[in-house]
Amino acid sequence: MDIFAGLVRNILEEGFIYGIMAMGVYITYSVLDFPDLSVDGTFPLGACITAALIIAGVNPLLCCLIAYAAGAAAGVLTGLLHVKLKITNLLSGILTMTAMWSVNLIITKGSAVLPFYNRSTVFSMGLSELLPQDIYIYRFALIGLVAAAVCKIILDLYLKTKSGLLLRASGDNQQFVTSISRDPGRMKIIGLAIGNGFTALAGSILSQQVESANINSGTGMVVMALASVIIGRGLFGKIKLLKPTTMAVLGAIIYKSCLVAALQLGLPTNYLKLLMAVLFTAALVSTNFLSKRRSRPYVNTPEL
Amino acid sequence: MSTLPSCKESSKLVQMEHIYKTFNKGSVNEVVLFSDFNLSIDKGEFISVVGSNGSGKTTMLNILCGFTDIDSGRILLRGSDISRLKEFRRAEFIGRVFQDPSKGTCPSLTILENMALADNKNKPFGLTQGVNKKRIDAYRTQLELLKLGLEDKIHLQVGNLSGGQRQALALLISTMTPIDLLILDEHTAALDPRSSETVMELTQRIVTQKKLTTLMVTHNLKYSVLYGSRLIMMHKGDSVIDVRGEEKKRLDVSHLLKVFNEISVECGN
Repeated sequence: MDIFAGLVRNILEEGFIYGIMAMGVYITYSVLDFPDLSVDGTFPLGACITAALIIAGVNPLLCCLIAYAAGAAAGVLTGLLHVKLKITNLLSGILTMTAMWSVNLIITKGSAVLPFYNRSTVFSMGLSELLPQDIYIYRFALIGLVAAAVCKIILDLYLKTKSGLLLRASGDNQQFVTSISRDPGRMKIIGLAIGNGFTALAGSILSQQVESANINSGTGMVVMALASVIIGRGLFGKIKLLKPTTMAVLGAIIYKSCLVAALQLGLPTNYLKLLMAVLFTAALVSTNFLSKRRSRPYVNTPEL
Repeated sequence: MSTLPSCKESSKLVQMEHIYKTFNKGSVNEVVLFSDFNLSIDKGEFISVVGSNGSGKTTMLNILCGFTDIDSGRILLRGSDISRLKEFRRAEFIGRVFQDPSKGTCPSLTILENMALADNKNKPFGLTQGVNKKRIDAYRTQLELLKLGLEDKIHLQVGNLSGGQRQALALLISTMTPIDLLILDEHTAALDPRSSETVMELTQRIVTQKKLTTLMVTHNLKYSVLYGSRLIMMHKGDSVIDVRGEEKKRLDVSHLLKVFNEISVECGN
């Protein structure tokens, strides 16, 4: 039983954080209809910036905000490449992802791993210190939950604003955005900024959990985030009360559970990325199969 | 609403002057569509435009809206040159309904959200409440004008509506805020005959009520005779018939069809 509780804790510790990234990808992929590959670069960007800043003694919460801003800037770069230079959406993402590799190395001063053990992080500061001893081991999961909840609420509120409504419209019908006298390209850039901001934030929080940043940590993040969004939508899409942001977080947790279960059953870690690809394929195929009647699968809108 | 200087009481609303447009310039597929095309639209006119495929009707609309660039010439709106303005900037003054009913609305947003977005045209899209609850009654009243019962379905996603309903909504949405010119791009062509009649009647009602200057391209010769105060038949990038007022009232479908067939035979259609 202890082993099981430990596994659940492990799943939730990372699941909520990947959920934050999944919400970001929900914005780019589902709302904007933009398959954004820059995620593989912006996730470690958040981690590396956080590591460098925490070593420099910056407040961990401020680190999170700076990581968000850096991710947003990278998203703007992808958007500018696509909108202003007319490069296709997939290639724009790949360009940003590639560029971020060097940016990350510059931030970590050339090392692939940048540890910051025993420094103050969001998991060791403020309220988490006050947690009673017996639930202290759950602090990673609890703070992950709080972070995911805050992100979800902010995102849901944003999607109900005029700007959020316009963002959803621009993923839906660009001509409509043009006809109400707005630049659809600008909305794309804004959406990419928001989405990549959340990805970098997830990278930042995860690095604080393991107290080190790894520039390789981004590999496979696109696949993981997309799979989370699609699994969440596929499994919970029928439940009217759930918002797509919640579905994305739940999808991330389920995805993480699958990985943990497979490893627990004896899958060697070398096969992990292969398993991620298989899971993603399974998610895509099954949702396509389930939603054959729908003209545009995976496009969902929040219940407002 | 306008950033254009309002012009000196001229009745000319739109002037397209010396428009030149060649497609695929320099290639074997080069098509010279417009060479020295001119059109002026008076305030309050309702113009029906007919013509065969490739006659330049839709390109003319695209040029007016800024979707297609011109090689040379200029476009004046209320006396100001708008030739260099981007499509989304011109949308401030020009409303457009497309042939494809899915182009005028957002399918995954609700009727209410679509209307709220259109209502906010030319205003900032900031972080305030997307749908202003106080306006809902006003939206309902406007939907009642359509007589399609949409006022009871404002929380329904537009993707669930029929083509005719969507087109009616698109028409309402594109005329919600004051515009100088309404462009109808074969907006009944994709609809079944009954929906097509309904949307046409609605068009007439909205245009009269809001006193809109309208440019309607249609393939339906009957509509072109029945509606509007001026009729233009286009052929190979030029207008071959341009009648208005009493002269237009005397025009009938059979005469129009005769001219239409003559020019069509001539170019081998």
